[in-house]
Amino acid sequence: MKRSLFGRLWPNVTAVVLFIGFVFPVYWMFATAFKPTGDIISEDPVWFPTDITFEHFKRATGVDHFWTYVTNSLIVTLCAVVLALVIALAGSFALARMRFKGRRGFVIGFMLAQMAPWEVMIIAMYMIVRDASMLNSLVPLTVFYMMMILPFTILTLRGFVAAVPRELEEAAMVDGCTRAQAFRKVILPLLAPGLMSTSLFGFITAWNEFPLVLVLNKETEAQTLPLWLSSFQTAFGNDWGATMAASSLFAIPILILFVFLQRRAVSGLTAGAVKG
Amino acid sequence: MTVQTERPPSGPVDVAKRAESGPAGPGRRAASRLGPLTPYLLLLPACAATVLLLGWPLLKDVLLSFQNLNMAQLIQHVTEWNGIDNYKEVLTGEDFWRVTLRSILFTAVNVVLIMILGALVGLLLARLGRRMRVTLMIGLVLAWAMPVVAATTVYQWLFAQRFGVVNWVLDKLGWHSMADYSWTSSQMSTFFVVTVLIVWQSIPFVAINLYAATTTIPSELYEAASLDGAGGWQSFTTVTLPFLRPFLYATTFLEVIWVFKAFVQVFTINGGGPDRLTEILPVYAYIEGVGNQHYGMGAAIAVLTILILLGLTAYYLRIVLKQEEEEV
Repeated sequence: MKRSLFGRLWPNVTAVVLFIGFVFPVYWMFATAFKPTGDIISEDPVWFPTDITFEHFKRATGVDHFWTYVTNSLIVTLCAVVLALVIALAGSFALARMRFKGRRGFVIGFMLAQMAPWEVMIIAMYMIVRDASMLNSLVPLTVFYMMMILPFTILTLRGFVAAVPRELEEAAMVDGCTRAQAFRKVILPLLAPGLMSTSLFGFITAWNEFPLVLVLNKETEAQTLPLWLSSFQTAFGNDWGATMAASSLFAIPILILFVFLQRRAVSGLTAGAVKG
Repeated sequence: MTVQTERPPSGPVDVAKRAESGPAGPGRRAASRLGPLTPYLLLLPACAATVLLLGWPLLKDVLLSFQNLNMAQLIQHVTEWNGIDNYKEVLTGEDFWRVTLRSILFTAVNVVLIMILGALVGLLLARLGRRMRVTLMIGLVLAWAMPVVAATTVYQWLFAQRFGVVNWVLDKLGWHSMADYSWTSSQMSTFFVVTVLIVWQSIPFVAINLYAATTTIPSELYEAASLDGAGGWQSFTTVTLPFLRPFLYATTFLEVIWVFKAFVQVFTINGGGPDRLTEILPVYAYIEGVGNQHYGMGAAIAVLTILILLGLTAYYLRIVLKQEEEEV
């Protein structure tokens, strides 16, 4: 069966148009960040920057407390992800490998927890943190971020643990390992890709989180990068160069991680989402 | 001994020693004695965290919604119960219903667009040659990976009144009144920008997953269909669509949740403005509660929002719960 020229052509043409549509905003962010201000505010857009400048990056990173924001973001995100992985690993092992009363109830519970509307619970969280006198601290942020990613992490890891053949574990136990040892020496190494991709989504969630830190931490010493990014509109007026430079810096770690880990991550995501 | 079997050994030396002690060590028996409790112990940290960090805020939210809690009470740390006054005020006011309707419409429009366009892009991916497919995938992944706050900022720049690319293109296309158009000046144009942003960011998830799902359809099914004389469209409706149905349900469900909660996009683009006309429920709860410092009212709105979200997703939740029951 031969397709007509048109039949062969249109998918490719559509794909090219779509590609441009999806990439353009990302491209425009980087392009604007590197363009001299004169090229940014010109009547006709300069599509391809010819003079590269780093002045916008200097201005964006030169704001007070920039490095505080960076450190805070890194601390909160990494701690939340690691905590969630450790807690989820134990739970998901039980859910994937053991038979016990109430197992279904736990799974359903985590599924419901996964759809928790954190954005609307902010008032309650604010009151709790305030009553504990922990406003402007990184600790509440870390534990709440951990909780935001925990249900997803458990459900996704459950899929990955279930995918490791039970026979491997049994073989290890026949060879004299305890169950804990079998887990550590056999399952854990096989889980590594699963752990990586699961942590990717946890990382993105925590790195992006904006409403909670906005309400809880009013002092710059305890703020994170999303607030830094959103502050540019007001701080610099319409300084699009600095704004785009800041956006680029904020997006780069995620873009890099994502492009490298995406393929594995997707299979994990669907395993977690579709199968419950 | 029983405790030791619960925890992984602390170091490599420990492992070596235990491994030498042979299969019939006492640790084995201890483990089986502890057997029935082990899963619960493993799940304990996760459950404790959920109760403490999710259950408690939820409960607190419900409690706050029955309190008269404004700036004065907040500063003085007093608790004034006022029964269902907050709910009465919210439910009898016009605002809440208008915002609810707006939220549901907003969610519906976005999810329909995301699912249809996402599915079309996914099917296109399946049809493309290898090189084109990888190229398009890279573009999709880039859009998908953009952090929401960064993407929102970029869209503000794309749709900027002065020097924004979108206005320039519209002007060049002959739509000269758009040359200096302020996209945040009206309700519909603000929603338009938010919708483009959300759809742009959500299509990749649907498209890439749908493409992945189509690759798992056994080709025998298509062969059988064409033997039975099915054309392209028929084999699509009789083979592809039924095969993808569970996936489509699940994705729609996830998208409903994600769009309904799209606080960051709406809030950052225009703060719910102009004139509070683009507030969706999460933004409304935030602005009433935190912004206008009617914390009790805000909590009541939050509780109602959660109930509405549960209602919107009830259909799918029931399917999943049933599935889970059959599986175990």
